[in-house]
Amino acid sequence: MNTNPAPNAAIGHNHVPKMTARNVNVFYGQKQAIKDVSIDVSPEHVTAFIGPSGCGKSTFLRCLNRMNDTVDGARVEGRIELDGQDIYAPVMDVVQLRARVGMVFQKPNPFPKSIYENVAYGPRIHGLARAKADMDNIVESALRRAGLWDEVKDRLGESGTAMSGGQQQRLCIARAIAVDPEVILMDEPCSALDPIATARIEELIDELRGRYAIVIVTHNMQQAARVSQRTAFFHLGTLVEYDETPAIFTNPQQTRTKDYITGRYG
Amino acid sequence: MPEVTAHTVKSFDEDIAQLRAVISRMGGLCETQIADAVDALISRNIDAARVVIEADKRLDQLEAEAEVLAVRIIALRAPLASDLREIVAALKIAGVLERIGDYAKNIAKRTIVVAQSQPVGPAVIIPEMARIVVEIIRDTMDAFVDRDAVKAVGLLSRDQQVDEFYNSLFRSLLTFMMENPHYITPSTHLLFVAKNLERIGDHATSVAEMVHFSVTGQRPAERPKNDFASTVYSPE
Repeated sequence: MNTNPAPNAAIGHNHVPKMTARNVNVFYGQKQAIKDVSIDVSPEHVTAFIGPSGCGKSTFLRCLNRMNDTVDGARVEGRIELDGQDIYAPVMDVVQLRARVGMVFQKPNPFPKSIYENVAYGPRIHGLARAKADMDNIVESALRRAGLWDEVKDRLGESGTAMSGGQQQRLCIARAIAVDPEVILMDEPCSALDPIATARIEELIDELRGRYAIVIVTHNMQQAARVSQRTAFFHLGTLVEYDETPAIFTNPQQTRTKDYITGRYG
Repeated sequence: MPEVTAHTVKSFDEDIAQLRAVISRMGGLCETQIADAVDALISRNIDAARVVIEADKRLDQLEAEAEVLAVRIIALRAPLASDLREIVAALKIAGVLERIGDYAKNIAKRTIVVAQSQPVGPAVIIPEMARIVVEIIRDTMDAFVDRDAVKAVGLLSRDQQVDEFYNSLFRSLLTFMMENPHYITPSTHLLFVAKNLERIGDHATSVAEMVHFSVTGQRPAERPKNDFASTVYSPE
């Protein structure tokens, strides 16, 4: 096995990447959290980021829609592109960027508003619907795609926070979908859910695959193996290995990857 | 030899060690069974042959034990990468070793008939053939225990020697039968004995391939075959 890796940024040559990151470094004050990471995100696959706590996978995920801008003392170097456009360019509208690159968080965080309003909020601020009927369509379609419509269609006026955890998370996915994003980032979307709710989210991710580029950060390696087609292993702020998911889980090329996924880490 | 860092969860290592021990025991038992079966054949010892037949049950038990262990590890540990490959290999190797045991048992069964017939001259090369087969199994099991892919690859061509022995014995037994038609019964049994040893050689070689895959994650290149007896029409 190689011990001094220069991991591939890209896998295969069949399509133009949706997002590309080149030589990305992230600093929190003096501390460097991400070291020279280069990676392509495929438009038609689910890409999983795995690695031990503090390896930088969430930090890196948050670079992809500039969520780190909101963190005091955070500094991002390098180049990240969405469809060839530099997302850190001064002309980039961050609000627009986050509509195109949506995010789902670890803990479901619906607004303390009705189910309907939770989904309608994004399309409304982005001016996606002119009439009430348009908005109704957007809300229904987003809830359907999130696999939630049949469960909530008779109680759209009820509070989003009164739902179960799994439903809340699917509501958050519906909310992300409602603004018709191109990329969905998920930061441990199932870690607060029970196995059944987790399975429903995983099924949902599989259904959404192809329509959106999806990047998921997960601590659960079995989940990465189940939902993703590409897996990137991060360790101590570096990208150690990036490959097709079956290759990572059956025959990783780097010793650090192998030790981590077989439970020999640290 | 690849590094074997311990798992963070130590009982996982214990599970794997237990499975490996069962496979090693099966390998050792196979060696003994083949050697004992051929000894009984050559010394025309029916009692010894019966002991071999009886001892095969132990191999069947060990195979079942390996299967239970492997399924339990997969269910409870969700092994990945080299661990997963090793457990799948162990499961398959257990099946192959059980089959090798069946061939040894079959040699012992034929011994009971052969021992009651006139001795057949060409049989004298069978112990040498058996010795090579046992050696291949022993080295293959060493490669398994040491997780040694290089050794495993080195074993892939050894089987050719066994094939050559078989081809040669096939021809001489055919000639012998033509010249001595009343020897056809023991000669046919000896032909099957030789065929069993040839099959054991093939199986042991496939175990070496499994060891290689388990260690490296790659299938070894196509191995050479030298068994031409199936195309022989007459001994000339």
